[in-house]
Amino acid sequence: MSTDLQSRTAARPAKRAPKPTGPWRSNIGLKIAMAVSGVLLVLFIIVHMAGNLHVFEGREEMNAYAHGLRTLGEPLLPHETVLWVLRVGLIVLAAVHIWSAVVLTRRSLAARPVRYHSRKPAKGESRHAVATMRWGAAVLVLFVAWHLLDLTFRTVNPVKDVPDAYGAVVATFSPERWPVTVFYLLALVALGFHLRHGVWSAVQTIAGPDTKWRKRTQAVALAVALVVVVGFAIVPLSVTFGLVK
Amino acid sequence: MKLKLRIWRQSSADAKGRMVSYELDDVSEDASFLEMLDVLNERLIAEGDDPVAFDHDCREGICGACSLVIDGQPHGPQAATTTCQLHMRKFKDGDSIDIEPWRAGAFPVIKDLVVDRSAFDRIIQAGGYISAPTGTAPDAHAVPIPKQDADAAFSAAACIGCGACVAACPNGSGMLFMGAKVAHLGLTPQGQPERATRVLGMVAAHDEAGFGGCTNTGECAAACPKEIGLDVIGRLNADFRKAAIRAA
Repeated sequence: MSTDLQSRTAARPAKRAPKPTGPWRSNIGLKIAMAVSGVLLVLFIIVHMAGNLHVFEGREEMNAYAHGLRTLGEPLLPHETVLWVLRVGLIVLAAVHIWSAVVLTRRSLAARPVRYHSRKPAKGESRHAVATMRWGAAVLVLFVAWHLLDLTFRTVNPVKDVPDAYGAVVATFSPERWPVTVFYLLALVALGFHLRHGVWSAVQTIAGPDTKWRKRTQAVALAVALVVVVGFAIVPLSVTFGLVK
Repeated sequence: MKLKLRIWRQSSADAKGRMVSYELDDVSEDASFLEMLDVLNERLIAEGDDPVAFDHDCREGICGACSLVIDGQPHGPQAATTTCQLHMRKFKDGDSIDIEPWRAGAFPVIKDLVVDRSAFDRIIQAGGYISAPTGTAPDAHAVPIPKQDADAAFSAAACIGCGACVAACPNGSGMLFMGAKVAHLGLTPQGQPERATRVLGMVAAHDEAGFGGCTNTGECAAACPKEIGLDVIGRLNADFRKAAIRAA
């Protein structure tokens, strides 16, 4: 008689059940949250970039545009209502985007507790992303903080008069404040790399599989990144080199 | 050819490991990478040392057992090739070669270069199957499948579950493996009944095992010996989105 079955040890007691986390807390669920919030933030960035170009129409047009943003929806709605709805929306989007990124990054770091001794350079489809997405994100967070203090709250801007948006732009990018311009351009480079990967990565995460469309969205991502970087960069460069005074 | 090897030695799961150097003098260019390790092990055994433990089985590139990170690349420098099908003629005389195990929290080292890949088994148990009626096999043409779907499912089914995708991923993610299974089973009519529960179950088992998330860098697809593409991860994402929305 075989003793195999009798000698087999009892099954180990089941491990403590993990606390229930719905599908939206999973790695893919959070990634979809990051992708959706990211796409909406990209739309904001494109509108913001286009709005900035009013600076080339002169002081009055630019300030009228800035005023228009505050009075949007009037007289139907009270002063700055639409502006604040948009601002709260942006804050929520940024919070979702950053929170999901932090949770996923922590899980990723925990997923490789022991590192490799020898590493070869990345050779995947989006090899720059490994090096640029997370550091770039840190640069962008610092930049947004500075940018709000500079051009929204004017705390660090010489022009305290809020309705004079044109004056604030010209003052902050003046040649003697060159570190401000350099930081602005550095943040734009980080944003460009972020979009070049982020845009197609978001589409792949939300929409799905097709290889042909992946190649197309990669091309679109590169185009969006270039347009956004150039569109934003010409404003401070024009001020620094005296084209806008 | 002469080789200088640096190999990860770790006597047990709990022991602390380290890279140990070995020199081999007379390696044939026609030897496979695993045969080169066999030669080293014969010498170690003759000298009374503990041979280097490594996983291997078919040595034909189809079983998915071999699992070495060679010079920082899972399965070594040759594209679309498992370690066992890699030959020493790909290296130069006097080369020094680093050999490490797959590195992932979900793949703990058992000994030297052998890792425990049962986390993949748990993902398969959570949904990598179809329910098929018993009885005689149905006629092959009883269930028509569009050629495009059949081809895509077949490409995904080429996955041998070796885990090179996890080893290559900067996030230690198992998404390419999981995507291959979801695509392989979800593209055919036979896989439809479990399609939603499959993806939700597999993703839950994947996260529970401690794999990281996907950042679409593509390192997995570049390392895959069976050339599984990033499209399967897109399919996984789309299936997950649909199933999660329906489950909510």
